[in-house]
Amino acid sequence: MPWFKRKKKPLSKKAEQKKVQMPEGVWTKCKNCDEIVYTREIERNLNVCPKCDYHFRISASARIELVLDPGSFEEMDAEMQSVDFLGFKDSKKYKDRIKAAVAKAGGGDAVVCGTGTIEGLPVVVGVFDFGFMGGSMGSVVGEKITRAIEKGLEERRPVIVFSSSGGARMQESILSLMQMAKTSAALARLKEAGIPFISVLTDPTTGGVTASFAMLGDINMAEPRALIGFAGPRVIEQTIRQQLPEGFQRSEYLLEHGMVDMIVRRQEMKAKLAQILRIFTKS
Amino acid sequence: MQYHLDFEKPLVELEQKIRELRDYSTANVDFSSEIKKLEKKAVKLREEIFTNLTRWQRTQLARHQNRPYTLDYIQHIFTDWFEVHGDRNFRDDPALVCGFARLDGEPCAVIGHQKGRDTKEKVHRNFGMPNPEGYRKALRVMKMAEQFGLPIFTFVDTPGAFPGIGAEERGQAEAIARNLREMAALKVPLIVTVTGEGGSGGALAIAVGNRVMMMQYSVYAVISPEGCAAILWSDGTRGPEAAEALKLTASDIDSLGCVIDDIIPEPPGGAHANHEAAAQNVKSYLKKHLDELRGLSPEELVEQRYQKFRAMTRVKE
Repeated sequence: MPWFKRKKKPLSKKAEQKKVQMPEGVWTKCKNCDEIVYTREIERNLNVCPKCDYHFRISASARIELVLDPGSFEEMDAEMQSVDFLGFKDSKKYKDRIKAAVAKAGGGDAVVCGTGTIEGLPVVVGVFDFGFMGGSMGSVVGEKITRAIEKGLEERRPVIVFSSSGGARMQESILSLMQMAKTSAALARLKEAGIPFISVLTDPTTGGVTASFAMLGDINMAEPRALIGFAGPRVIEQTIRQQLPEGFQRSEYLLEHGMVDMIVRRQEMKAKLAQILRIFTKS
Repeated sequence: MQYHLDFEKPLVELEQKIRELRDYSTANVDFSSEIKKLEKKAVKLREEIFTNLTRWQRTQLARHQNRPYTLDYIQHIFTDWFEVHGDRNFRDDPALVCGFARLDGEPCAVIGHQKGRDTKEKVHRNFGMPNPEGYRKALRVMKMAEQFGLPIFTFVDTPGAFPGIGAEERGQAEAIARNLREMAALKVPLIVTVTGEGGSGGALAIAVGNRVMMMQYSVYAVISPEGCAAILWSDGTRGPEAAEALKLTASDIDSLGCVIDDIIPEPPGGAHANHEAAAQNVKSYLKKHLDELRGLSPEELVEQRYQKFRAMTRVKE
């Protein structure tokens, strides 16, 4: 029994009727500051909220355009595709999930790799696409990253990986897990050869990607306020049955705890990478 | 404390009956023919149960509370064992035990996840879920083994690396990642045995070996069946279905042809039915693989390990 009854009719209905119809996508509500911003303005600002500096997730192609010298990018292994070798099925077959993701992205998988230059400096890059099955790492992602590292070894080019991934791809079970070992082993060789590896962690980077190459940068760099961690916040909350501290697993928190070297805003990313590369490859 | 899984119960009851009959037997009362009959029946029943196990039942066996844990294997396989403690940075992690011992006289390093048997010990061992300091201790011991030219044996049995606030703050991901990279470059033989649960990155962080083997009823996967079900169907109780989908048993993984080198058979009724016999099986496989690796130079060991993991790929080009 409620203690009192509302005599007047609820207010919400009227308010709903008044709602103005707007075409989809003209305005974007910032996930961080809840401010409604003109979408074009966000795009012009490199997909960063002009009000609060929140860094929206961007596609691999947008990232490449942002960081590499115009026209310098040459993709590697563009044709490589995932295979459903386990016959994995949840609510949908993995085979169908791959098809749908490939169709949506126009080919490829959760990472795009290739060679290019940054302010004239030759590099190999790997760029995750969170839009492709949550950026998850299966055989294809592991293989492409490994080949990118091997390319770096072969041509003595610094390697840069921009991570954005939910972790290992469950649908490839044990082989997804093994990609963590494979990519990290390749990095052992790169390190021995004295070639720099820069890991750029963007929102979100968790699970098996964090627990392998993404944490192994000679320099670990993060975009502001990116979620970065090993276990997802929900898993931790369920395990320890406690509220998580404010800002937990955000870039700033990782910087404070010594897990990343620096936080770099999208606008300054290219110049910062070039600055670091020039120091590490002084010849 | 004895503990039985549901599907083991008919067998356990039958074995109990046989024991009782034996106890009642005296010089005057002879049950020997009945006992023989029942023993035959038990063998048949055991075969029936264990040849038709589902993937979920195998997962339950891998987690069996009476299953031998790392320290049990150490006790049965090695001599001269001494444990070392701590990562020299933060603390000692009881969920991962490290030390040195001898395998038939030959010095070696031994590393493994450790679960607890009773409630108090389970909590002390954090249910076999290491924190970053556990992995850093393991790496310290591996580097020491390399320094002294000793082979390394690791025993994998963990639900996964611990997901906690402190673990994140101290760099759980970094600790695992560093181990993966450093293990790849170790110049001594590294032989891995998955004895129970091979739980994702928490397992892999001590499992980049020249040889990787799985016990017959062990499991190894990228995520626990419960965790997988929670993500796929938002329902952690659908673990049995997820176990089927994940193809996580030793024979499933063996059929991929590139991840494990051997399946170590377990005694009738599983490793928990006879710790000693299970350990002797493991020991013979450890010795076999160590002998095979003996001829390789340090550089060849690194190369063989690298190529082993390099080949773990299934893609379409």
